[in-house]
Amino acid sequence: MACRSSGGGRRRGLLPAGVIAAALFALLLALPTAARAAADPFAELAATNFDVEAQGVRDLAVSGNPRAHAVINALRDGKLWAWKWPRPDAPLFIRTDSGIVDARTGAAVAAPAPVNLRRVIVNDSVRAAIETAEGALNLVSPVVAARLKAAEALFQSADAGALPLIEQALAKEHDPSVARVLREAHAAALLKSNTGSTEARLAAVDELAERADLLARGLLASLHGQPPQVAAAIAAAVRSIDRSLQLWGLLENVYYGISLGAVLLLAATGLAITFGVMGVINMAHGEMVMVGAYTTFVVQQLIAAFAPALTQFGLLFAVPAAFLAAGLLGVIIERTLIRFLYGRPLETLLATWGLSLILQQAVRSIFGPTNQDVTSPDWMSGAVHLGGLVLTVNRLWIILFALLVLGALMATLRWGGLGRSIRAVTQNRRMAAAMGIRTPVIDALTFGLGSGVAGMAGVALSQIDNVSPNLGQNYIIDSFIVVVVGGVGNLWGTLLGALILGVVDKFVEPFEGAVLAKILVLVLLILFIQRRPQGLFPPKGRVAEA
Amino acid sequence: MSSERFTLDRRQLLGAGIAVAAASGLTAMPGVVTEAKAAPAAPETGPIKVGILHSLSGTMAISEAPLKDVMLMLIAEQNAKGGVMGRQLQPVVVDPASNWPLFAEKAKQLLSVDKVAAVFGCWTSVSRKSVLPVFEQLNGILLYPVQYEGQECSRNVFYTGAAPNQQAIPAVDYLMNQVGVKRWVLEGTDYVYPRTTNKILEAYLKAKGVAPADMMINYTPFGYSDWQAEVAKIKAFGSAGKKTAVVSTINGDANVPFYKELGNQGIKATDIPVVAFSVGEQELAGIDTKPLVGHLAAWNYFESVDTPLNKEVVAAFKKFAKDDKRVFNDPMEAHYIGFNMWVKAVEKAGTTDHDAVIDAMIGVAHPNLTGDYATMMPNHHLTKPVLIGEIQGNGMFNVVWQTPGLVVAQPWSPYLPESKNLIGDWLPPMSCGSYDVVAGKCVGAKKA
Amino acid sequence: MRDRLTVATLACVLGGAALLAALNVLTAPASALHVPGFVISLVGKYLCYAILALAVDLVWGYAGILTLGHAAFFALGGYCMGMYLMREIGTRGVYANPVLPDFMVFIGWKELPWYWYGFNHFWFALPMAMIVPGALAFAFGWLAFRSRVSGVYLSIITQALTYALLLAFFRNDMGFGGNNGMTDFKDIVGIPLNRDSASVGLMLVTAVVLALVFVLARAMTRSRFGRVLIAVRDAESRTRFLGYRPESYKLVVWVFSAVIAGIGGALYVPQVGIINPSEFAPANSIEAVIWVAVGGRGTLAGAILGAVLVNLGKTWLTSALPEIWLFAIGAVFIVVTLFLPRGIIGLFTSRRSARAPQPADPAEPKPAAIESTAREAAG
Repeated sequence: MACRSSGGGRRRGLLPAGVIAAALFALLLALPTAARAAADPFAELAATNFDVEAQGVRDLAVSGNPRAHAVINALRDGKLWAWKWPRPDAPLFIRTDSGIVDARTGAAVAAPAPVNLRRVIVNDSVRAAIETAEGALNLVSPVVAARLKAAEALFQSADAGALPLIEQALAKEHDPSVARVLREAHAAALLKSNTGSTEARLAAVDELAERADLLARGLLASLHGQPPQVAAAIAAAVRSIDRSLQLWGLLENVYYGISLGAVLLLAATGLAITFGVMGVINMAHGEMVMVGAYTTFVVQQLIAAFAPALTQFGLLFAVPAAFLAAGLLGVIIERTLIRFLYGRPLETLLATWGLSLILQQAVRSIFGPTNQDVTSPDWMSGAVHLGGLVLTVNRLWIILFALLVLGALMATLRWGGLGRSIRAVTQNRRMAAAMGIRTPVIDALTFGLGSGVAGMAGVALSQIDNVSPNLGQNYIIDSFIVVVVGGVGNLWGTLLGALILGVVDKFVEPFEGAVLAKILVLVLLILFIQRRPQGLFPPKGRVAEA
Repeated sequence: MSSERFTLDRRQLLGAGIAVAAASGLTAMPGVVTEAKAAPAAPETGPIKVGILHSLSGTMAISEAPLKDVMLMLIAEQNAKGGVMGRQLQPVVVDPASNWPLFAEKAKQLLSVDKVAAVFGCWTSVSRKSVLPVFEQLNGILLYPVQYEGQECSRNVFYTGAAPNQQAIPAVDYLMNQVGVKRWVLEGTDYVYPRTTNKILEAYLKAKGVAPADMMINYTPFGYSDWQAEVAKIKAFGSAGKKTAVVSTINGDANVPFYKELGNQGIKATDIPVVAFSVGEQELAGIDTKPLVGHLAAWNYFESVDTPLNKEVVAAFKKFAKDDKRVFNDPMEAHYIGFNMWVKAVEKAGTTDHDAVIDAMIGVAHPNLTGDYATMMPNHHLTKPVLIGEIQGNGMFNVVWQTPGLVVAQPWSPYLPESKNLIGDWLPPMSCGSYDVVAGKCVGAKKA
Repeated sequence: MRDRLTVATLACVLGGAALLAALNVLTAPASALHVPGFVISLVGKYLCYAILALAVDLVWGYAGILTLGHAAFFALGGYCMGMYLMREIGTRGVYANPVLPDFMVFIGWKELPWYWYGFNHFWFALPMAMIVPGALAFAFGWLAFRSRVSGVYLSIITQALTYALLLAFFRNDMGFGGNNGMTDFKDIVGIPLNRDSASVGLMLVTAVVLALVFVLARAMTRSRFGRVLIAVRDAESRTRFLGYRPESYKLVVWVFSAVIAGIGGALYVPQVGIINPSEFAPANSIEAVIWVAVGGRGTLAGAILGAVLVNLGKTWLTSALPEIWLFAIGAVFIVVTLFLPRGIIGLFTSRRSARAPQPADPAEPKPAAIESTAREAAG
């Protein structure tokens, strides 16, 4: 393991130089000393070289200039403008809502001609310097979350020079979570600095072992030149972290499998209805999902145009809209096409295949062949940390949504007039008609229901996959496989089938790679069908055959 | 089955019907019966036909359809200037529908039936490889605008896209030198372009002293959308304390879920930057790029490049497409360069005869849209600048670095043992696509 | 044994092929009657598809097995021929390696894998193009039919089979050229492929093979074996109770059909010039079924007709109407299934044999599922 050198001018990884500067800056806030005059950081900001620019940010942060915060914010937001050609006085301007102000003084000035200006752009290294600068300011922020973030940054940089700063912050810290991270940061910095007594170091190793995550492990693994007792403790700590990471890794695979299963479930549920209940093999099912995804896009566009305040709730409007759109389309298809093909499942397969081609091309003609932009609302972004697990929020919502949809569907079929009628028609069409149920209407509604569910699946899929005319093709085979594994027409079977397929795929993947995992799942399916030719939950009762 | 009886007239009718259907079907194909045999001797007067061989449906339509549009614009503009040698240009558009055998069939049709003077087309390496034998047999001209894996140098193809040393290697140099990257994840889709590129990069990184433990190479299938596990692996690899970057040869569609997952798992561009070779303005047009800000792409052109010629061409394209939101990307610039070079070559040769034009193309120079000149080299590739751009929130790129000069393409990679002694040079006396400089002879490929 | 339809079909196929060949070889290039080499290879391609369609019709029209994965057998046969053609390239490849094909050189392999041995001989490759799909069909069919998988389940797992093969052959590590497939063929048994004479020869061979296969299939379906097969198709349980073993009959016709498809694939590759994993795509298999449906299921001649007509239409539409050809093809499928349930051949036979036994669909298990679901939902 290479030894990381501490500090140094070139930004190489986890913000060493910046944190030293930040540490100094924070100390300066605590101690009433006059601000240090640096080389003009504003001129550095106006430079066209990114490294100089990053240095300018760091110098500005340290300088104690009262405008520092405003200028750094403007730079981050892309509102800082410099002169297009080099000038010795390096004018800098900030574009605010009320006009142009001079960056150095904050006073409003007459706007120079646009042709003379260029926006000061940032690259990753400048962005990192900005983050460091803000981190330093945040260490003394009244907001707990900001302090936590700054403490994490300190932990990651593990810089010895920051030790006094950390100790000072610890003394003042009263929030337990921030305090814990500060202790970890202290431990990291201590170990990295290769100083301190053996007891102190052993305590630091324990602290990090308790943290037990990837970063701690990485840090521990990269230490060397420690006294033998400490080295032994480090090795033991690394092993224990590895074990717990492995356990979390297993749980993570289960989570991935469940979330993949939820996606499969959503895509397959609608098919379970049309296929299972009506015996209709609908090869255009994937296109219903696509219609749902495009409906989401259209709803989003409409909200953006007419009610921008509701943007975050776009999905809530999209779900019923997609259900209606896909459902209506399903009803139309049933009335114009499927109706004539009942009792001929193989012809329906062929006709619906032709239909899927038409639908794909129609969408391609209307919206263009490119992907459409469907943004995720904020409440669906990010991840939840549960111990060592990182659960991405959007997939959590999808799992919930899939279960809700399945539950709603089961409820509809079990209770409610429509559900009863559907079951009656499926069991004995003639008798149901004789009892006064209008079978053509029920047929259309059932197909519409299945398609509507597919549309809702499209809403969910638009969050994790591309919205393009080819969206449906990616899911049609998997949907059929799920329905076949679960047993035709049985919603519980669909649920189980989807989960099994998802989990198997995700468990094989880390060992064999994604491609082989998929192939293995397919081979297993073929073998599984030998054992259970009619799926996990075959239809009970005597099956009439010719 | 024996109950199917035909009366005599029914059978005759059936037979005649089939024959007529077949015959009329064949004659319905444009000009079949009246056109001459395979070797396309294009007429010397009348409009000059130009073939456009890009998928307008199927999986590749997303990327290829805009290339058809830019070709139509270029042809229209050239016609407004009086055409070529006083003759108007006539575009012949066909749809190979992302189907590789269909590419070969359409290519044959364009060359032997429509007798086009040149074909602008293809995107994936498979499509190019499937039409290559057709172009070589019928001695056609193909202008291929997309970055690819190299290891090819055909007399009948002009490669206006980047070879690996004009994209992948400079990007890795940028990360190593400017960003200080020490650990590398090579993440690709499982097909030839990423495999070959990663092979080259692996050899290059080893040559630069990167240890195998600091490299991780992963492949995923086409259209892969469930990135949770892969991204977690990248995150784990990047937590070893050294600056890590991802070099992504992930194919088009799978990029969106990949970036989304990166954002969701909290990996920022400042932590682990991703440099992609297949993500351009067109691919970003469909997504919200705010979580991607700071990630990189390496191309020879970006729409945001600030030169007067670029602004003019992009504006003209948006006007032609009647849509302000259309974007302009690297392969479209390649077609711009290739088309103008072809026009110059035809005028230089004074004829559309394929052999003459092929010989006349070498040495032709035309301004590119980034402020330089592109020149067609004897190896049928261009000189190109390499630009590294950072993704912005509006789906455009900010150029953060550029090679100081133009890079000459090396279609035969010096980092692979089987090609390190090969060069391509179609000028006499070598006139060979894969000439072994050590052995001093032309290897395997055809001579002019 | 030969009825009028058979004679008509054979006449069209052989006669048409001979005519086209003559018009290519015997007329001068500038003549108005000349048929260009490109058309010849196009027709050859259609005839190969017709062979695939015949294979599908045998299992679907006569045994009631709706196969949505037959293109897998076609593609496997194609790969066998492709491997032979790649070996034939020898030192004329880009890397001039006498033994290894180009794509192996550039993934860094040093020697030929064991499964490529022998493919440098045409008389090994051709039988392999029949044996490999046959063996796979045997394994798959034995497992499937023995467990009495039928109907839609069978169709779905044939899709799974072809999809798995698609993914497998896409992998560059498999040694079959990965995503790029195999291309740039030079010659076949010494005859250069880029000559018109090669195209004509291949097309004629394909036509003859198609005719032979057609006659064989006809013989098979009109024999006693064929009658049992139809019985299995129409009433499997009853046939079983009568003492026959439907599994064996299905297996035999399934393997035979796979072998035929393999031959079709082997003839397809030299005429098209490339073999690539996308031939395994599920969509290709579904299209093969569409060809049979358009022509007329269970008539064999209909399969040939359907294959030629639909592909002709596709070729024409992708040139004439490139922006909307998918609409047209989709509409064709819908129109044919709604209004021509017995295909085009059925149009001609409908009046005379209104009460002819129709190819019945395999029985679908009656979904009593909703009741059980409700019960489970309640309990």
